[in-house]
Amino acid sequence: MDAINLIIRSIFVDNMIFAYFLGMCSFLAVSKDVKTALGLGVAVTFVLVLTLPINYLLENYMLKDGALAWLGPQFADVDLSVFSLLVFIAVVASFTQLVEMVVERFSPALYNSLGIFLPLIAVNCAILGGSLFMQQREFANIGMATAYAFGSGIGWLLAIVGMAAIREKLEYSNVPKPLKGLGITFIITALMAIGFMSFSGINI
Amino acid sequence: MALLSGKTKEALLGPLNKNNPVIVQVLGICSALAVTSKLEPAIVMAIAVTVVTALGNVVISLLRKTIPNRIRIIVQLVVVAALVTIVSEVLKAYAYDVNKQLSVYVGLIVTNCILMGRLEAFALGNGPWASFLDGIGNGIGYGWILVAVGFVREIFGSGTLFGHEVIPQSFYNMGYENNGFMMLAPMALILVAIIIWIHRTKNKELQEEA
Repeated sequence: MDAINLIIRSIFVDNMIFAYFLGMCSFLAVSKDVKTALGLGVAVTFVLVLTLPINYLLENYMLKDGALAWLGPQFADVDLSVFSLLVFIAVVASFTQLVEMVVERFSPALYNSLGIFLPLIAVNCAILGGSLFMQQREFANIGMATAYAFGSGIGWLLAIVGMAAIREKLEYSNVPKPLKGLGITFIITALMAIGFMSFSGINI
Repeated sequence: MALLSGKTKEALLGPLNKNNPVIVQVLGICSALAVTSKLEPAIVMAIAVTVVTALGNVVISLLRKTIPNRIRIIVQLVVVAALVTIVSEVLKAYAYDVNKQLSVYVGLIVTNCILMGRLEAFALGNGPWASFLDGIGNGIGYGWILVAVGFVREIFGSGTLFGHEVIPQSFYNMGYENNGFMMLAPMALILVAIIIWIHRTKNKELQEEA
């Protein structure tokens, strides 16, 4: 039940884009049509669900203050959390590379539809942000961390697909010239974020 | 000045206006929006990004002939992550409160698209001095947007600047209210959109056809 609550909350209330602005760069750049937006959203969710549990284990058995105690009592007060950024980004970057190679080998069709976006995911703030939020919130177990990753990924997917759908319709509207493209996209994102605020306070 | 001629001058000054990283190149939006509800964290963030961009540009520019092309993204990420770790430790030591307010966004400088964008687009093809200026220029170009948005949000949202009251009490007595909406996240997006609107009205060549 806790896990379901966490998933719902991270999709609607703590939405990666509308509450924390994570992954805005690719959100703005790739939301021009629904199909590619959906592809990128699936890829982001996939990488989030893979990397967050790994980073959770690394955080709890290697980096946190006293996390190395399982090696022996002399390691009990070693604190490696200074290196968490380096470790997290290395995991994310190498996993993106790995996922790219695996997908290329076993599912060329999926690779062709995601191809160009996969390398971009390494520098998507939403992925690293997910790991950093995980570190900050100190989830009770790896299941909760995975649930959080899944919820955040789906929330990101929902946001980018919604945005792409609106932008497809936007082509037929008469926007003031200086606002065309980037400007109006910002304003629409703001309006969507205000809409998502009405979800705040939801608990199941 | 002999040091700042032609191309290097362009590298330093271009990003302030015509080639601004936030409103023209659309890089580094994530943090630009999240840390601007007050002026102080906005300024600290701007300085941190400027330092990391400039130093990262120099390091990658020095290494550019030795990095194998296939793994360059990972190399860049590691260099940047190391720099960001240093900056974040310095912030923890000398500006602990601001560091708390910035929370994960200091760490997220690593994936700030400005860094990767400038490393890929500039540092890999230019010498260290030009890259350094390019980093400083882009950092400041990013910074002034942050400071502008932070200024408007703080003065209208809580009536303060750097935490000091600037709107006189007599205004409140007459019925003036702080606009709580300014403190909410979406307002940052709308303010940046307004900056884009003004900027593109002045620079017609930047307007999009789509």
